[in-house]
Amino acid sequence: MSIAWYLVVSAMDFSIGAGGVLIRRNPLVILLCLELMLNAANLSLIAFSRMWGNGDGQIFAIVVMVVAACEVCIGLGVVVAMYRRRLPVDVDEMTELSG
Amino acid sequence: MAEVLFFIAGIGAIAGAIGVVRVSNPFYSVLSLVFHLLSLAALFLLLRAQFVAAAQVVVYAGAVMVLYVFVVAYVGGDQMPMRPAGGPVLNVGAIVFATALFVELVIAFLGSSLQAIDTDGAQYDPAFGTPGQIGELLLTKFLLPFEVASFLLLIAAVGAVVLARRRGGIAAPQPAQPLDRPRPLGTGTMAEGVGILLPEGSGLKEDEPEKGGGW
Repeated sequence: MSIAWYLVVSAMDFSIGAGGVLIRRNPLVILLCLELMLNAANLSLIAFSRMWGNGDGQIFAIVVMVVAACEVCIGLGVVVAMYRRRLPVDVDEMTELSG
Repeated sequence: MAEVLFFIAGIGAIAGAIGVVRVSNPFYSVLSLVFHLLSLAALFLLLRAQFVAAAQVVVYAGAVMVLYVFVVAYVGGDQMPMRPAGGPVLNVGAIVFATALFVELVIAFLGSSLQAIDTDGAQYDPAFGTPGQIGELLLTKFLLPFEVASFLLLIAAVGAVVLARRRGGIAAPQPAQPLDRPRPLGTGTMAEGVGILLPEGSGLKEDEPEKGGGW
């Protein structure tokens, strides 16, 4: 398979994730859609790594996975804190910062 | 053979992604994302990234998704409607935006002047993507990003504890004092306010609270 196919799959995953962030209201599912986008980026990084026959892109993908784990950690902490304070777990109703 | 595996894994990845967005129960969204991650790991294997594929399965589809399942079970995976009110404009807009983004990305990828993008990839040495090569790169060429990443993980762990702790700290629970002790009458408790809870044998009437007494 040529590398272009992998890149097309990666682009499709990324756009599905971006659309999901806009459509869904539950912050948990929005975090999941962010994961989709990060993984699409990972796929393209690894595809390019294979294209050049060079391992640097894989290191980059591992760093992206670390950052994604941190993001999950903080995001889920925020969701749990929202739930503890009896706030609605819904991004449309969390409008206190919108001025 | 590689083509067949690619199409199976690619269609699985995209189906998992669509499932994450379309399924209304967050719990099934998480399961769909696990499927997506496993399909992506198969794609990584096809791209000769063995170590990243294994890390994807073990760390991502294993550990991180278990964390998600815990939080979904804690918060409650109640059925969230897909934007019932004021929705259709943004809904259609999001789909149009996603399609435009896809077209733009494909143009950016395929329209680039990269010659090698239509090949199967460059020649690689047999050690490409093995744990040995990844470890060597991490500890020589990318030592600083490696250390920074570990520090970032530490900060994230501390931040999650701070965010999700109980308000008032993690200190030992205080010995149950003021609320359990009988309060003096006439000090404005809520029970007095609604006119109940006068003790039986105290001889008090509701109108004349005893000064400084107690139960």
